[in-house]
Amino acid sequence: MLKAIVTVMLKKGIFDPQGRAVHNGLESIGFENIKGVRVGKRLEIELTTDDKESAEAEVHKMCDKMLANPVVESYSFEIQEV
Amino acid sequence: MNWGVLLFPGSNCAEDCFHVIDKVLGKPVKYLWHKDTELGDVDAIIIPGGFSYGDHLRPGAIAHLSPAMTAVKEFAANGGLVIGICNGFQILTESRMLPGSLLQNRGLKFLCQDQTLVVDNNSTPFTSEYEQGETIICPIAHNEGNYYAKPETIAEMEKNGQILFRYANSDGEVSEATNPNGSLNSIAGIINRTGNVMGMMPHPERSSDEVLRLTNGKGVFISILKHLEMKHGSDQ
Repeated sequence: MLKAIVTVMLKKGIFDPQGRAVHNGLESIGFENIKGVRVGKRLEIELTTDDKESAEAEVHKMCDKMLANPVVESYSFEIQEV
Repeated sequence: MNWGVLLFPGSNCAEDCFHVIDKVLGKPVKYLWHKDTELGDVDAIIIPGGFSYGDHLRPGAIAHLSPAMTAVKEFAANGGLVIGICNGFQILTESRMLPGSLLQNRGLKFLCQDQTLVVDNNSTPFTSEYEQGETIICPIAHNEGNYYAKPETIAEMEKNGQILFRYANSDGEVSEATNPNGSLNSIAGIINRTGNVMGMMPHPERSSDEVLRLTNGKGVFISILKHLEMKHGSDQ
């Protein structure tokens, strides 16, 4: 069995107010060495197939169709054996 | 002149829209269900606000893939009038029926307030009842209303008059000080290139009935109605 770990992030250059708030929060408790924070989403998708190649093609389709909005988000994923 | 109000699990402004068409305009209106594959005899479709599918993943991300939206796309491709309000606007951008996207509000707060808008283009089926540059008050209630599109897309929309409403002050002046959510160019409402699909974050249905104190959102619905009546008149 395979599992896809998908990461969806706001594209570079798009302001991420949530990341900014986390950044400020970390600084307010004393972490001084932070250049920037961006918050994204991680999705774990359990697949019923054992074929890595077809799994990759399918996860690409899932991302393009629903999981990420290409206007403002980019995605990446890895397929793991479980 | 039949109106349709599209319902998703989690829509919560549908009854307000239905009320405006039924009781304020006195026109026939019906609900359309997100699983419908055919819309039947409708002349205009309202995609109302709310939290379709709980706003999970992204607002509109799941709703725009429902069977009814395939039918709505076909309806719009044939020239039908579609208006998306708040979550309806988000659904229309997710479906690419409108350009851009609606990001989380710049200040990270859910905004619920009366909002002044300025009418930036009154030569459309959705805004003809207003004067160019007129200011109106329309409530906003959203967490993801921060309009974003690529700079070249924004430039193209500006050139084509696709911005219908902007956040403004009571003198109609647009500035960052009057921009509640961080929207680029203070954009509150837009129209597609062909001029028959419109989306806006503010809620005109919440300012269309005197009992609610504000009435100048009504112009949006009357504009649509007049456009349809004119079109039907010329068809005969």
